Amino acid sequence: MTALLEVRDLRVTIGSTAAVRGASITVNKGETHCLVGESGCGKSISALSVMGLLPRGSKRETTALRFAGEEIGTYGEKQMERLRGDRMAMIFQEPMTSLNPAYTVGSQMTEVLRRHRGTPRAQAVDRAAELLALVGITAPGLRLGQFPHQLSGGLRQRVMIAMALMCDPELLIADEPTTALDVTVQAQILRLLATLQKDLGLGILLITHDLGVVARIADRVSVMYAGEVVESAPTAALFADPEHPYTRGLLTCVPVPGKVKRGEPLGSIPGVVPRVTPGFTGCGFRDRCSQAHAACAGTIPRQAVADGHELLCTLSPGWGRQAAA
Amino acid sequence: MPAGRGAKLLRNPGFVIGALIVGLATVIAVIAPWIVPYDPFAIDLQRRLVPPSFMEGGSSLNFLGTDQLGRDYFSRLIYGTRISMVIGVLTVITSGIIGITMGVLGGFYGGKIDDFVVFCITTRLSIPAVLVALAVAALRGSSFMLVVLVLGFLLWDRFAVVARSTTMQIRNLDYVSAAWCAGASQWWVLTREVLPNIATHLAVVATLEMALAILLEAALSFLGLGVPPPLPSWGLMISEAKEYMFFEPWVIMIPGAALFVLVLGVNFLGDALRDMMGTDLSR
Amino acid sequence: MTGAPAIEVRGLRREFRVRQGLFAPPKQVIAVDDVSFAVPAGSVLGVVGESGCGKSTLARLILGLLEPTAGDVLVDGQRLSGMDRRARARLIQPVFQDPFASLNPKRRVRDIVAMPLLAQGSIGRAEMDRRVDEALDRVGLSIHQGTRVPAQLSGGQRQRVAIARALVLRPRIVVCDEPTSALDVSVQAQILNLLAELRTDLGLTYLFISHNLAVVEHIASEVAVMYLGRIVERTESESLFAAPRHPYTRALLASVLTPEPGLGVPDVGLGDIMPDPANIPPGCRFHPRCPVAIGICSTEAPKPAHGAAGLVECHLA
Repeated sequence: MTALLEVRDLRVTIGSTAAVRGASITVNKGETHCLVGESGCGKSISALSVMGLLPRGSKRETTALRFAGEEIGTYGEKQMERLRGDRMAMIFQEPMTSLNPAYTVGSQMTEVLRRHRGTPRAQAVDRAAELLALVGITAPGLRLGQFPHQLSGGLRQRVMIAMALMCDPELLIADEPTTALDVTVQAQILRLLATLQKDLGLGILLITHDLGVVARIADRVSVMYAGEVVESAPTAALFADPEHPYTRGLLTCVPVPGKVKRGEPLGSIPGVVPRVTPGFTGCGFRDRCSQAHAACAGTIPRQAVADGHELLCTLSPGWGRQAAA
Repeated sequence: MPAGRGAKLLRNPGFVIGALIVGLATVIAVIAPWIVPYDPFAIDLQRRLVPPSFMEGGSSLNFLGTDQLGRDYFSRLIYGTRISMVIGVLTVITSGIIGITMGVLGGFYGGKIDDFVVFCITTRLSIPAVLVALAVAALRGSSFMLVVLVLGFLLWDRFAVVARSTTMQIRNLDYVSAAWCAGASQWWVLTREVLPNIATHLAVVATLEMALAILLEAALSFLGLGVPPPLPSWGLMISEAKEYMFFEPWVIMIPGAALFVLVLGVNFLGDALRDMMGTDLSR
Repeated sequence: MTGAPAIEVRGLRREFRVRQGLFAPPKQVIAVDDVSFAVPAGSVLGVVGESGCGKSTLARLILGLLEPTAGDVLVDGQRLSGMDRRARARLIQPVFQDPFASLNPKRRVRDIVAMPLLAQGSIGRAEMDRRVDEALDRVGLSIHQGTRVPAQLSGGQRQRVAIARALVLRPRIVVCDEPTSALDVSVQAQILNLLAELRTDLGLTYLFISHNLAVVEHIASEVAVMYLGRIVERTESESLFAAPRHPYTRALLASVLTPEPGLGVPDVGLGDIMPDPANIPPGCRFHPRCPVAIGICSTEAPKPAHGAAGLVECHLA
């Protein structure tokens, strides 16, 4: 089976920063793939480069960028425009910045369909109302006539999702879609995404820094650090058997009710995410890593831990268990 | 990062050009009496409208020629720089004091005080500045200080608007809250937390107002209601030249070009400051 | 819990008048409605709730940044209202959410930390330097970092500066308003550990406001759950997390996504009605969203029930 989205060895340079350094990401049909990591590790830039939406002055290189089996890395702006919002759609953290405040929800939603498909207005309105109902908005007819600022944050995010679904996309890229929302609303939106994916067979590339979100919604996880995918695995395997010191560090940082006693310190990773310049070699995490040694400044091997579980580290898989034993 | 910011400014061509022009104009204005070849007020009716030395019929005695009364044009141009700069700076100081005080007070205290400030700004904006300047000059007769005062009292509105809106934004930031929580006085919060952070915005306004003041002075003087003759204001020079412009176009082009270059330089400075602020805000 | 309360809040209430439009009469919004609690010295009260529940207004009232419409705040038995601002500053200090907005961008770190001392106005130069060094050292910042401006620091370092500024007056109470919400998880853990360490070492009392229940559970000994301006449940952390009594608390707890794969996303069962502080429903203010509401809930507001396990406001609890 061909992957829905296949990114091979993506490299993005923005000015004098190597934002992404050889990341490979695959999203299958009907699969949720989570990109997780701290801010500045290249998650959003990776997603934007798939959509062809990188900021000006950035340079993208890949050995392959295939969407539904077709190479889109060579597409021009016109071709990408036809793809965006149609077969691949994106939702952002802050819906207010991506919804136009001057137009009603209805006119923005129908505009997508009219532009890509030339659908007549009346039909597009029906479709918009249908989708608003699908994303759990009561009284969709009323919402269509409202402006973005008249909606609550949760409703706006639902509208964003509905708008992304207007053209039945095959791939949905979601960049921190629930970070700005209350926890109760976050749960609702994530449930909605999970249901839609099951019903519509969407492939979802979800970017988040929240390991709780990852655990509950992802089929597959890629942990990014300093522009590289340092570990990639099926969700259950990653949480049961994290191999990369960064992944392990991240997992100990998260306060889990009932897991860490009050008064006991949380695990933490000293230092901050570095800004990496082009030409940097070795492991980007070595300055913060408790396991770092001389070899970490050299070429880092990509190792297979198990089927579908990859690790970018000089430590051999299973080091943690051996150390504990 | 003060050092880094300076380096960034020096790489901005607009800033470099603007700073060169304004710097040069300032130096000329200060040392004008020592660099002029002739007394700019000395009339020589024997040598009227001599073209500049580089033109046909020009004389090596007068680099930029002479005007309709035989006064050395180059000397008058240099004295004109002095008048333009002094008017520009004094107007910015007067209007800045009025506008910033009103804007900061309105933005900081809000409520009734702000209502009053907004009322003043609206009133001011509905008064046509040039017409008032004309009326005052026509009634009181023109004088140098009158021009400064009229312009100063008319051009404070942009200072007030910008000071008010930036103060309102900063008043609600957490570092101001932290200062309140530390027991800081109102004076402290105003002078140490608010003012330093709106200063760059105000500097941009200052350049805009300075350019505007220089142009308005020229316009008033051109209409004969600004700086009184025989003071060599550029506007006055243009006005006096207008009768001869069809035969001797250089008499109007020289002060016109000087005015254009100085205003351009001031605007370049303002744009560079605004660019720098943009990078500052985006962290 | 034993010990005299370090901070006590009595019947705190704050109303806002919100203009509806040019000609419509202003509407009254009750952001904080009759909130009372006491926090024993050296412990931490966590305040949780959704955005718009009044938790940040509560923090600003306690810090004296807003005047309460009614009610009192007492620190060590002294009423804060009417107290000299500098005296109040020595008792209670804030740490805010966004470390990019909470530090004056034009000042160096040392000057930011020294600001509360300078504002006191009665501390000598040498003493001031000593106290600033001590505060910087306490939060793990070097003397060298003290010479920088905020733009040169990372988010975590900035939050350390904000904490140092709060500590320099050696206050009794620190009000933390979402102190880790803007930070990455690894940095959040560093800051939470630092706050916990400072509390034990300096005997501080925290009011810790957050929307993240997992964070609150980790740091707070007692938790107050706010909904539309009222505390609907307040109890010790252990019992709140083990046996939540208010349906809203249960929904909040259910929506915490722990990193446990295979559990899926929970259904919190709150529907899609959003709480609006300008339109507080009659009866129990939670009833339109409550999954277990009964007839009486829409007509009669529940009375706060104080018991051994704390406080709860629900007809069904």
